Amino acid sequence: MGEFNELNHIHLDILKEIGNIGAGNAATSLSNLLDKKVEMSVPVVNIVSFDEMMEQAGGSEDVQAAVFVQMMGATSGSMFFVLDPEDADQFVSLLIGEPGSSILDEGDNEIAVSAFVELGNILTGSYLRALSDFTQLNVYQSVPTVSIDMVGAMLSQGLLQTSMVSDQVIMIETLLHDVEGTKSDIRGHFFLLPDPDAFTTIFKALGVNDHE
Amino acid sequence: MIMSNIAELIKVGIADLNLVKAPQTIITSGLGSCVGVVLYDERRQIAGLIHLMLPDSSLSRTKDFKPGKFADTGIDKMLNMLKDHGANNRGLKAKIAGGAQMFNITSSNEMMRIGPRNVEAVQQILTDYKIPIISSDVGGNKGRTIEFSPEDSRLKIRTVHEGVTYI
Repeated sequence: MGEFNELNHIHLDILKEIGNIGAGNAATSLSNLLDKKVEMSVPVVNIVSFDEMMEQAGGSEDVQAAVFVQMMGATSGSMFFVLDPEDADQFVSLLIGEPGSSILDEGDNEIAVSAFVELGNILTGSYLRALSDFTQLNVYQSVPTVSIDMVGAMLSQGLLQTSMVSDQVIMIETLLHDVEGTKSDIRGHFFLLPDPDAFTTIFKALGVNDHE
Repeated sequence: MIMSNIAELIKVGIADLNLVKAPQTIITSGLGSCVGVVLYDERRQIAGLIHLMLPDSSLSRTKDFKPGKFADTGIDKMLNMLKDHGANNRGLKAKIAGGAQMFNITSSNEMMRIGPRNVEAVQQILTDYKIPIISSDVGGNKGRTIEFSPEDSRLKIRTVHEGVTYI
């Protein structure tokens, strides 16, 4: 599907539902892991230019912590879990039970970083498992990797396949927030960027023609 | 395209390109695997910047695309724009930055090492055009924001963990 403007409201609702069940499953996993309540927002599906996507993620120079995985198997795409480095530190502190842990600490951050990778692994894994169950497509994920850098530099990795087909990208965004027991409101964003061919596969799997 | 004599900053987005004349400066932010290519005419103080994503336009599955997305079409388009604005193509020089691998994934997916491939493509094309690369800051695993001033031909590079350098 090269022309994203062929998507109608049924398609958009399906993509929203993917964001909903994916992030919902991830929120449940996180809640079980931390034994705390976790809220999530209504998913947003945006068809935006590459620059607009970076703006929505906070601006391409904004420094964020990101976990990146590739979705592979019956369909493909890129998935990011993105949050402020300070919020990542709060997660990590909760997870390893040591307040003040930081993924930014020079030298002594190995445990914090591996805890953050594990957090990302659980969250993206739960999200994609829900997607897989919902679509009945056999989807798995690559080993997660982490980067703390400019948003534009990191998210552009997820745009490469799309850029061969279009100047716009479909971004399925869901927000996790209000994690119980944290000092400030942690906000973590899921960005799912299906590859261009993934849309046809997903719609077909759900019995919806991609040209209604 | 904006060409005026007011000192200002022109922004170039992803897969885009533009041109400035001193005292204007030109900037692009958040280069990861993308490469920023500056082509400049020192004497006329005119410079173009491309924020390219991919090495070759043969990768495109559509005929209609932004030329700045690919190394070959981006550089071709920029050379024409520079010529139209009076630059002497034989006097052009280049500075390049970017081409990082932001995520350390060992994968059969060739898109994971697109940064180095972008850099190789740019180097090859500039060699073919006999445009010397005066300086470059490429590779690694860091994001870069770059700003070029045609007035003194300096390329400012900002990274998150290493601060600001000039090449």
